[in-house]
Parts: sequence; C-alpha cells; structure tokens
Amino acid sequence: MLELININKNYNAGSINELCLFQDFCLKIDEGDFVAVVGSNGSGKTSMLNIICGSIDIDSGRIEVNGEDMSGKRDFFRHRKIGRVYQDPSKGTCPSMNILENMSIADNKGKKYGLGRGVNKARTDYYKEQLKSLNLGLEDKLYTQVGSLSGGQRQALALLMSTMSPIEFLILDEHTAALDPKTAEIIMELTDKIVREKKVTTIMVTHNLRYAVEYGDRLLMMHEGNVILDKAGEEKKGLQTEEIMSVFNKISVECGN
Amino acid sequence: MTLLLSVLEQGMIYAIMALGVYITYKILDFPDLTVDGSFPMGAAITCMLISSGMNPLAALPITFAAGALVGICTGLIHVKLKVRDLLSGIIMMTALYTVNLRIAGRANLPIYNMATIFDNGFINAVFPEGMSAYKTVIIIFLITMITKYLLDGYMSTKSGFLLRAVGDNDVIVTSLGVDKGLVKIVGLAIANGLVALSGCIFAQQQRYFDISMGTGTVVIGLASVIIGTSLFKKVTFFKITSSVVIGSLLYKGCVALAIRMGLPSTDLKLITAVLFLIILVIGMERKKTGGRHVRAN
Repeated sequence: MLELININKNYNAGSINELCLFQDFCLKIDEGDFVAVVGSNGSGKTSMLNIICGSIDIDSGRIEVNGEDMSGKRDFFRHRKIGRVYQDPSKGTCPSMNILENMSIADNKGKKYGLGRGVNKARTDYYKEQLKSLNLGLEDKLYTQVGSLSGGQRQALALLMSTMSPIEFLILDEHTAALDPKTAEIIMELTDKIVREKKVTTIMVTHNLRYAVEYGDRLLMMHEGNVILDKAGEEKKGLQTEEIMSVFNKISVECGN
Repeated sequence: MTLLLSVLEQGMIYAIMALGVYITYKILDFPDLTVDGSFPMGAAITCMLISSGMNPLAALPITFAAGALVGICTGLIHVKLKVRDLLSGIIMMTALYTVNLRIAGRANLPIYNMATIFDNGFINAVFPEGMSAYKTVIIIFLITMITKYLLDGYMSTKSGFLLRAVGDNDVIVTSLGVDKGLVKIVGLAIANGLVALSGCIFAQQQRYFDISMGTGTVVIGLASVIIGTSLFKKVTFFKITSSVVIGSLLYKGCVALAIRMGLPSTDLKLITAVLFLIILVIGMERKKTGGRHVRAN
C-alpha cells in the first residue's frame, strides 16, 4: 500500500516565480490497484510520480510504503521496489548494449552487481520466452543493439525489463505518448497483460482519456495539484470517455486553454 | 627502425593511459583532467620506489592502486560535493602537482643504472643477446595486451555492465536501484588506475620522473581514443579497446613523423595540440557527412 500524506511542494520558493504545486496533498493507493491518472499539463501528475520515486524532493509530508516512511530515502534506494517506464523510450534501456545484455542487467536488479559474468547464459531461454510474449520478433534479435530498435520495440523491452524483478509498484509515466497510435495500442495491451499477470500495483499517467477509461480499476483526474475526480470499482467500470472528456474540458476552460 | 621501435614502445605505453581516458571520456562522458596529474604521479611513485630498492614489478600494482585512489577523490569531489566534472579534474590535477613533488622529493628524479621491468637480471637472462633491442617492446606489448584483456573482461561483468549503462543512460542505473554516483566513482578509479600504471611503465622505460611530464597527457589520450573509435567504427570484429590501442599507436606515429620531418623536438607539445585539433575537426566532419572516405591525417 502506498500513502502520500500531507505533501507540500513549492517550486522556486521565496522568489517572485513561486509556484505552489501541492498543498497538503493526500492519496492512498491499495495493493494490487491499477490506477490511471489523467489531467492537463501542469496539473501535477508527473510531479506526483517523481515525488513517489524520489526524483524530486518534497518540502514537507510523508510518503509511506506499507507503513514505512520513504520520504528521506534516496531515489535509487526507492527504485529497488519500483519499476518505472518513461515517456521517452530511450530512458528505459541502454542503447549501446544488446537486447541480451539489457535483459541480463535488468534481471539482476535487487542483487549485487559484482564481478560475476554479466550475461547468464543459462537464462537465455527464459529471456527468449519473455521476448516472445511481446510478439515483436525480438527473440530472434538477442544480439542486436537496442539503439537500433524502433521506439515501440524499445518501449516494449523497457516494460519487460522494468517488471522482470520482483517489484511492489509499477510506475508508467505517459509511456505510450511518444509512440504512434497503433504501437501505443500494442504497448497498452501488453501493459494490461503484464499488470494482470504479475498483480503489481500500478500507477499510470496518461493523456489518453480512452486508455484511462478502458484500462485499470481506478481513475484519478488531477487539476492544480488536487485530485478532482476519483472513481474506482463499479463506478469506474460504468465510466464513459465522453463523461471524463466533459469534466476535462470544463477544467481546461477554467485554466483558459 | 629505431624510430619504429620507439613509436611502438611509446604508443603502447600511452595506449594503457588511453584505455583509461576511453573509460572516462567515451563511457562516462566525463572529460577527466585528473589524468594530467595521475600520469606523472605513477612515474613519481615508481621512481621513488625503485630508487629506494623496491622490486620494479611491484611498482605496477602499487601505482594502479594509487591512481585508483586519485580517481576516487575526483569522483567524490564531483559526485558528493557536486562540483562540475571539468572543475573536479582541474582541482585534482593542480593538487597532484604538489603531491608529485612531495612523492619524488624534487622536480626530477632519474633512475639510471637501476633495475626496471625492462632491465633486470631475470629479463636479461631470458632474452638472448641478439634480441636485446626488442625486449622492451615485447614486454610493453605483453603488459598492454594483458591490461586490455583484463579491461575487456571487466566490461563483461555485472559491474562492468553498470559502468557501460551509466554513460549510456544514467536514468536506468537509478531504475535498477543502484547509486549512479557510486558507479561513476568506480569508473574514475579504474580509469586513473590505468593512467597511473601507464605513467609507471613510462618512467621505467625512460628511466626518469619529471614534474612536467604529465602536461598534455589528456590530449594524447583523447586523440588516441578519437582516432581509434572513429577509424574503426565500422569494423565489428575489433573490440573497441583494440581500436583505442591502435589509435594510440597511430597518434604516436604521427607525432614522430612530424618531428622526423624536421620540426624541433621542443615543438612536441604544439604538435600534440595541433594534431589533436585536426583529428577533432576531421572527426566532426565524418559525423556530419557520414562519409567513410575521410581519413585522419
């Protein structure tokens, strides 16, 4: 379970450009939830993910994971239990290393990175099997440099890599935004499959309202650092894209865009 | 013939240093000026140890360890104190000037007539009389190759994978739950260890330490790395470390040729710098046009 308690975050505190992003922000996410988060630019979606992962510091408040306070912990420490896929497909993989090396390095997450052989040959078949489940033909390209793969292939690989080791949370930061519509669809279906299979608690930020409605079992809409819409369970199942769209349009008009 | 031998000897000694620069410049994307201080430090320690009667072979691991320590310092300044990469190197380079003077005790420390890895009872007994002109180059070749293969080996370990990953995309290192700062420090340690080792061998071959011998080391290293990696970019059967070694040989060859063509040897540093500039510009040209016909020099 993840809890954000009374989070306060100001940007440029004390200057004329001071921007209050979060004021006493609270959020609770239960174990096994698949939460989709939508909201306009600047509403605090990505900042929230960064706060959870420790990529940005908070001014005050607590971040609790299963009751343990994480707010003082460094980002890499928190990532030991978090898998994260970024909007930019190149951030989730190492471009100059081949697929096999990328899978191996991800497979070792949580263990020591010592002087043992980087690639565990005995696991190759397992990697192939995993890659095969992507249906992108990557299992035949084990020795291809990841830098030469397409954005969609890289993102699929990044998704696979981020969920290879046992993790408690999967953080998806607009992970389909940089892909073409068809590839985005494939990645989204893949995401759903992986989340269901691994039963991992997932927070997905997206600009695609349809994805937010179709996937996941809870939907949050954020606006100016607040959650203005929170639907879960049966309520979420009954949601229509149009409904969300109208709420979204309303807040956008208020902002003047 | 003597010219060729001296190019091979010096080229391969500097190749070890270039392998270190390759780690910082190409892998970590860290222009590490510490090199200008850690190279003469390797030489200073070596001359100090040998003149106090130490086995010349023992100087190799000792200088590597000392270089690694210096690399760790640069890393700590950069990572923990958040000083910019270039400045961290400049601070260490400047500090090492004094440290080197302290180690050697003075600005110039010769070790003529003392046993070195190239000239000792055992080596002289192994190599027959007729081979004595080649023994230095053979020994240097062996040391360089061993270093290269050890580095290749390290690069294929889990720890080596992290080092490659941190230069590629440091976000993923954090995602893997590892402190990327620590990985950078490890990289700098190995790099400066290699540079100091190179300085150690250089001192044993030249039989002296001089306080100014480090000036321009980083330029030689960068030039070697850029020549090696851009000339052999398309050659896949070559490990990149081999390209760097060959780059170093080519670079030394170019400098030797320039001297041979009549330039006074006091112009050495100017030649070093100008050659490096030419290589940089040609390297950029290649990138822009993507052409393969432009050759360095």
